[in-house]
Amino acid sequence: MTDTIAEDMYETTVGLEIHVELATASKMFCGCAVAFAGEPNTRVCSVCLGHPGTLPVPNERAVEHTMKIGLALNCEIAEHSIFHRKNYFYPDMPKNYQISQYDSPLCVRGFLEIGGHRVGITRVHLEEDTGKSIHAGGSGRIADSDYSLEDFNRAGTPLVEIVTEPDIKSAEQARAFVTELRALIESLEVSDVRMEEGSMRVDANVSVRRRGETEHGTKVEVKNMNSIRSVGRALEYEERRQRAALDANETLIQETRHFDEKAGTTSSLRTKEYAFDYRYFPEPDLVPLEPATDWVDRIRASLPETPAQRRARFSSDHGLPESDVEVLTASYKTAGWFEDAAKAYGGDAKKIANWVLADLFGLLNEVGIELQDSKVAPAQLAALVKLVDGGDISGKQAKTVLAAMFETGKDPAAIADEQGLKQVSDTGEIEAAVDEAIAENPDVADKVRRGNLGPIGFLVGQVMKKTKGQANPGIVNDVLRRKLTS
Amino acid sequence: MPDLVWASATELAGELVAGNVTSVEVTQALIDRSRAVDDSIAAYLTPTFDRALVEAGAADERRARGDALSAFDGVPIAYKDVFVTRGVRSTSGSKILDNYLPPYDATVVARCSGAGMPMLGKLNMDEFAMGSSTENSGYGPSRNPWDLERVPGGSSGGSTALVAAGGAPWAWGTDTGGSVRQPASLCGLVGFKPTYGRTSRSGMIAFASSLDQAGPITRSVRDAAALFLVAAGGDPLDSTCLKEEVPNVLEGIDRGIEGMRIGVVREFREGSQPGVQTLFEESLTRLEKLGARIEEVSLPSFEHGISAYYLIAPAECSSNLARYDGVRYGARVDGDDIVQMTSRTRAQGFGPEVKRRVMLGTYALSAGYYDAYYGKAQKVRTLISRELEGVFGSVDLIVTPTSPSTAFKIGEKTQDPLEMYLNDIFTVPLNLSGTPAISIPCGLSADDGLPVGLQLAGPSLDEATVLRAAYAFEQDLGFSERAPL
Repeated sequence: MTDTIAEDMYETTVGLEIHVELATASKMFCGCAVAFAGEPNTRVCSVCLGHPGTLPVPNERAVEHTMKIGLALNCEIAEHSIFHRKNYFYPDMPKNYQISQYDSPLCVRGFLEIGGHRVGITRVHLEEDTGKSIHAGGSGRIADSDYSLEDFNRAGTPLVEIVTEPDIKSAEQARAFVTELRALIESLEVSDVRMEEGSMRVDANVSVRRRGETEHGTKVEVKNMNSIRSVGRALEYEERRQRAALDANETLIQETRHFDEKAGTTSSLRTKEYAFDYRYFPEPDLVPLEPATDWVDRIRASLPETPAQRRARFSSDHGLPESDVEVLTASYKTAGWFEDAAKAYGGDAKKIANWVLADLFGLLNEVGIELQDSKVAPAQLAALVKLVDGGDISGKQAKTVLAAMFETGKDPAAIADEQGLKQVSDTGEIEAAVDEAIAENPDVADKVRRGNLGPIGFLVGQVMKKTKGQANPGIVNDVLRRKLTS
Repeated sequence: MPDLVWASATELAGELVAGNVTSVEVTQALIDRSRAVDDSIAAYLTPTFDRALVEAGAADERRARGDALSAFDGVPIAYKDVFVTRGVRSTSGSKILDNYLPPYDATVVARCSGAGMPMLGKLNMDEFAMGSSTENSGYGPSRNPWDLERVPGGSSGGSTALVAAGGAPWAWGTDTGGSVRQPASLCGLVGFKPTYGRTSRSGMIAFASSLDQAGPITRSVRDAAALFLVAAGGDPLDSTCLKEEVPNVLEGIDRGIEGMRIGVVREFREGSQPGVQTLFEESLTRLEKLGARIEEVSLPSFEHGISAYYLIAPAECSSNLARYDGVRYGARVDGDDIVQMTSRTRAQGFGPEVKRRVMLGTYALSAGYYDAYYGKAQKVRTLISRELEGVFGSVDLIVTPTSPSTAFKIGEKTQDPLEMYLNDIFTVPLNLSGTPAISIPCGLSADDGLPVGLQLAGPSLDEATVLRAAYAFEQDLGFSERAPL
C-alpha cells in the first residue's frame, strides 16, 4: 500500500554505465593473451607493465568489436575519434594513467528498446582495463589492509564502456535493460559478458524526484552490483532509501554508494568532495581512430539477429509460448543450442522446449553450468525424444537416460541398452504377464469385469512389477481392458 | 690512414671496407680515448667497453667472411641514456631508474645493432631530458671539452661532450625542445633533428611524447645523414612513427644550394650575444656567396614558442613520469602505505627540475585551468605550424642561430630556470611544428673562442634539402677546429 502511494508521488531516474571486457585474443595495446584468472602476472609484457619507453599499439579487432556493439545499439560511428589519458595514481594501473576516450568517443547517439521503451545510448567507447589488487588483512579494502598484491594479467584488456541516457524509470526496467544488453552483446560474440567474473560490470546513477518536478533529484552512484539480480536488488533498495529520505524531508547528498550483496543494502563509499580530477588530455602516443566507411559498412552488414528479432522468430517459427521464448532466448548460446536440437528432431519444437526447460535446466542448475557447456549435444536430446516417441523407452525411463547422458555424454540408445531400459511393447510377453496378474488377483479382476474400472491401475502395477518396469504401460492398460471388459 | 679517434664514421667505414684497419682496433682506440677524457668530461653513465670489443670482434669476423651487415658494420656508437638497452642499465639521467635493467632494446638501438655497430656505452643527460646543460642529471654534470668550466649544453650533453672529445665518432641524442641541436652548437658539432616521427620512439624513455625526436650527433653532415638513414622508417611498435618511405638523403647531398631561397626570421634576427650575432651575419653572407637568396620572413608566433612549450612539455611529462611510483621497477622508498611509499619514492628519486615540471604540468592540465593553459598552448602550437607552413610557401629553408649564446659556465644559470629555458628560444618552435632542423658549426665566437652553431630548418619530411644546405655550408666553411682537450 505504501509502495503504491510512493510510486504515485515520486519518480525514479536511472542512468547506467556498463563496462564490458572484450574477448579478443590479445590485449588492447600489446600482444599478451586475454583470459580469465590464471597464475598471477603470467600474461604480462613490458608494454602492459608500463615499462619506460614502451608505447601502445592499438588492437584493430578491439576497435572492430566496439563498433559492432555501437552499431548493434543503433549508434553513429564517429568519423574521427581520439584516445585520451585519464590520470590518477593507483597501484593496479601500471602507467598511473588509463588510456580511455573522453570527449571524442568512437560510437555516439544510439538506443536500445526494452518492452517498447526506448533507452538512449549516450556513447560507447573503448579503453584499457586495469590490473587487480588483492588487499591482504582487514576488510579486503585498501584502507585497512596490511599489504597489497598486484596481478597485472588483466591490465590492458580491452574494455568497452557503454553509457545510457537517464531514460530508465525503475529498478525493474534497469534489470530488464541489463538483461537485454547482455543478450545483445553475447549474440555479437565479442565478450563473455559474465557479471560474476567481472567481464561485464554495471554502475548506476540513481535519483528520485517528486512527480512533476523538472529538475532531476540528487544523483547517487551505485557500485558493486555483481549479477543482474543484484542490479535489481540494489536499485530497489536505493529507490526505497531515497524515497524514504524525501518523505522525511531529509537532504540527499551526491555520493558513491557500495552495494552489499549479503545485506542487500547500499552504504556510502565517498562523497562528492572527493571527486577526482583526472586531468584528461589527448593521448600523444596514439593517432586518431578514423574507420573507413566500407569497414563500418562491412561490420554493419555482418551483425547477427538481435535478441528481439530472435524472440519474434521463436514465437512464429516454433510456435512457442512467450514464457518459453523468454527463457530460451535469454542467452544467445542457449537459443542456438535449442534451435540445433529442434532442427535435429524435426517434429514439434515444443517437445524439445519442454525437455530443455523442465529437465535439462534442472540438471544444469544442480551443477551450475550453462547449456552449451553440458556434455549433452543437441542431436542427442533429439534422439532421446525420438526414442520416447517410438515407444522404445517410457517418458520416465527417458529421464533416467537423460541424467546418464548429462553425466557421460553418451548417446541415449547406448545408455538405454546398457541399463536394460528397453520398454517391452511385445504384446505376447505382456499378455502372459497380464494373464498371470489376473489369475493371482481374481477378486480385483472381478470388480473390473463388473464395470468398476478403478482398480485397473492396481493390475497395471502388478504387470509392471512382473516385467521389471519395462512393459509399455499404455499397452498393458489396453491388454487388461480388452481381456476384462470386452 | 686517418687518426682513428678523429676520423668521421664515414671515413672509418671506408677504412674497414678497404681492410686497412679492424673494428677491434678502431673500438680499442675509441675506448682508450674515452678512458683518457672521461675523468674530465664525465660523459659516460654506463660504459660498455667489454661488450663493444666483443661486438667489434664479431664485426671483423663477418667482414672477413664477406657477410658485413651494413656499410657501417664495425663502426662503434654510443647512446644518450634515454634509449633503453636490453640488460644494460638505462637511467634517463634519473636516480629513480638507477637500478633499472630494461627487458628490451629501443628500436633506434636495435637498428644500429642490426647494422653491426658496437655499443661503447650509455651517456649522461639532464634527468629525463629536462634541461639545457646536463646540470639536471641525477649523476652530476658533464663538461664541455672546449672549456671544462662550461656546460656541454643539454639535454644530450653527455653525447656531445664525448663526440667533441673524440671518444666516439657519433652518438644518438634526443631533441624535445632543442636537446640535440643546442648541445651540438655548444660543442662545435652537427646535431640533426629529423621530422617528428621519422624514427621510432619505442624504447626512448618518454619526456614529452608529442615532441620527443631522436637525432644523430656527429662531426660531419654526411655522418648525420648516414646515421639518420640507419634508424629512420616505420616501426610496428610505435603507431605515431611515420610510415612514409624515407628518401635517400645522401643522394645529391653535394648538389649545392644555387638558387635556394633561405628565410631569415625577422623576430630572431637580434637578441643573441655579439659574437654569435657576428658569426650569424657572416653565415648569411656565406650562404649568399654559395648561390642562395636570403630573404627576411616574419614568424610572429615563434616568440610564443617557449611559453607554449613550457606548458605542453610539462603537461605530457607529468603524465609520462607518473609510472615511476616504486611499485614495479626502479627505486622504491618504503612507507607505511601505498601513498607514502609512492610519495617518498618520487620525492627522493626525482631531482628539482623534474619536480618543477611535473607540478607545472599537473597544474596546466587541472580542471578549470586546462583551457587557459594546455588548451591555449595547443592553439599557439597550431598557429606556429601554420605560419611556418605559410613561410615555406615562399622560401625553401629558414635560418637562425641555434642558441643565443655560447657555452655558459657550470652553475651560471641553475638559479634561474627561466634564463635557462630561453637558451632554447630558437630551437623550440621547430619541435612544436615537428619539422626537420639541423645545427652545424659556423665558427668560434670572437667573445670567448667557443663554438657557435647555425640552425637550418626545412618543411616537414624535407630532410634532404636541410642536409644539402648544411653540407654545402660545412664544405665551404671547412670548420676543422677541435676541442683543446
